[in-house]
Amino acid sequence: MVGVANVSRIEQQSTVHGTEELVINMGPQHPSTHGVLRVILKLDGETVNDLDCDIGYLHRGTEKIGENITYTMFIPYTDRLDYIAAPSNNLAWVTAVEKFFDWEIPMRAQYIRSMVGELSRIASHLLWLATHALDIGAMTVFLWCFREREMVLDLFETAFGGRLTVNAFRLGGLHEDVPDKFLQLTQEFADLFPSRIDDYETLLTNNRIWLQRTRDVGIISAEDAMDLGLTGPIIRGSGVRWDLRRAKPYAAYPYLDFVVPVGENGDIYDRYLVRIEELRQSTRIIQQCLEQLPGGPVTCKTPRTIKPPEGEIYHSIENPKGEFGFYIVSDGTTTPYRVRIRPPSFINLGGLKKLCVGQLVADVVAIIGSIDIVLGECDR
Amino acid sequence: MSDEAVENSEQTDGAPESEESAEEVKTPPGEDLKEVVESAFPGAVLEQSAYQDDEDEATFVVGFDAIVAVATHLRDHGDSHFELLTDLTATHYPEAENPFEVLYHLYSIEHNRRLRLKVRIKDGQSMPTVSGIWSSADWMEREVYDLFGIEFEDHPDLRRILLPDNWGSHPMRKDYPLEGRGERIYTKPTRKEIGD
Repeated sequence: MVGVANVSRIEQQSTVHGTEELVINMGPQHPSTHGVLRVILKLDGETVNDLDCDIGYLHRGTEKIGENITYTMFIPYTDRLDYIAAPSNNLAWVTAVEKFFDWEIPMRAQYIRSMVGELSRIASHLLWLATHALDIGAMTVFLWCFREREMVLDLFETAFGGRLTVNAFRLGGLHEDVPDKFLQLTQEFADLFPSRIDDYETLLTNNRIWLQRTRDVGIISAEDAMDLGLTGPIIRGSGVRWDLRRAKPYAAYPYLDFVVPVGENGDIYDRYLVRIEELRQSTRIIQQCLEQLPGGPVTCKTPRTIKPPEGEIYHSIENPKGEFGFYIVSDGTTTPYRVRIRPPSFINLGGLKKLCVGQLVADVVAIIGSIDIVLGECDR
Repeated sequence: MSDEAVENSEQTDGAPESEESAEEVKTPPGEDLKEVVESAFPGAVLEQSAYQDDEDEATFVVGFDAIVAVATHLRDHGDSHFELLTDLTATHYPEAENPFEVLYHLYSIEHNRRLRLKVRIKDGQSMPTVSGIWSSADWMEREVYDLFGIEFEDHPDLRRILLPDNWGSHPMRKDYPLEGRGERIYTKPTRKEIGD
């Protein structure tokens, strides 16, 4: 609607003053595009009339690779999709493949999976908050967030040896039990982190500049969000109380108590509030996992070669960015016949045009930040 | 190894029991959704299947000329209300009579359930677009066009999305070589094409 009004205004202006549309490139090396995203903007003055995304710079053919290696070999490749929250991707793949079988995954493994999944959500949201605030001009938040993200990466290192691409889970459970030190450090982190979230909020939540840059900017209604297939914090920011951890529980989520936060207006500020609340809820989930963590084995008995029966499945989990799913076709051999990755960043980025048209060019940076994209998973 | 074989056989023994108990109920997954479709378009569901009778894996095979009408009906009908097009993709079966399967994964937030629609088409046959029903199909159809070479009629902006515009082939087809000659059919753009 806004776009239509603008077009007529431009026509008026252009007949009087002889203005013309300006086409500018943003990216692929622009720091605010969070990776290698190129956005071609068509501007009238400072207003965005139209935009086109150029993606694919990071396309590595991950789906094709997946069709030529075994199910276990594909786990490290999933790390490289959404590399900000690698354990979440592992979780999506292993739970998807496990759907072919009726293995009973030990509860200890399920709880550790949930706990590490939430840690990766914290790591992802911290990176989002850091870069999003930096784009809008708040440098301190960037430094503070990276301080805590470093602690989470240290936790991954203690448990799995890797920091960024961790290869955390295996089909049927975990590779081996986590060390006691990991549980102890996670407890310390979970005790400390809520006060750190308060610190971020003192810098941003009531900050006048932050409010001016984020409130009533990049608004999307619940209907439009569903039409565009947006998932994760974006659709919750528009007031849809839908979270796959609740709707289709996996790992230990059926036994955990948490709140699914939603926004009201669907603007950037609401998405910010939703993610901040998710940080708090993730910490709560980690605390519960540590309290309820059962003993026992961390892996079930699995055959040496993974050969799912013929058939096709789709399974998805709630990644920090949205619904992250796998569609797998098995032909009964050791390699999948078809691997399809359902990428949240790719589909959320498809809504960028709708969010940006009619807004100011400076807001494009804020809107891209609020979508929270990772190009590794967008381009696959 | 022998232990594992025993373990496997136990698992396969366990599976038929659950199928038997499902047979007592006598409702295959997605039966109510099939009724929703058949009430408006009799005979539209050509096949019905589900992996291990899982309700979330309910799959309907639909004719390519009926897909737009069926999808619109499933989105708008109160008993189905699939407001999200979760995923749109394709699979290539080079040996089959209709080698391409175009897949639509639908999800209803209201009813918390999934449905998979499947359309089988011939090589070179174009599909009707569903981007008029769900805007999210816009980019996903572009991706299928890019990687499989399936064209979508009436699509608002059918261009390649992940690969360069002059790539020349469609890598997710099964006959695309993984290595060696012909791995990359990439023609260097001429100055004229760049507009220089």
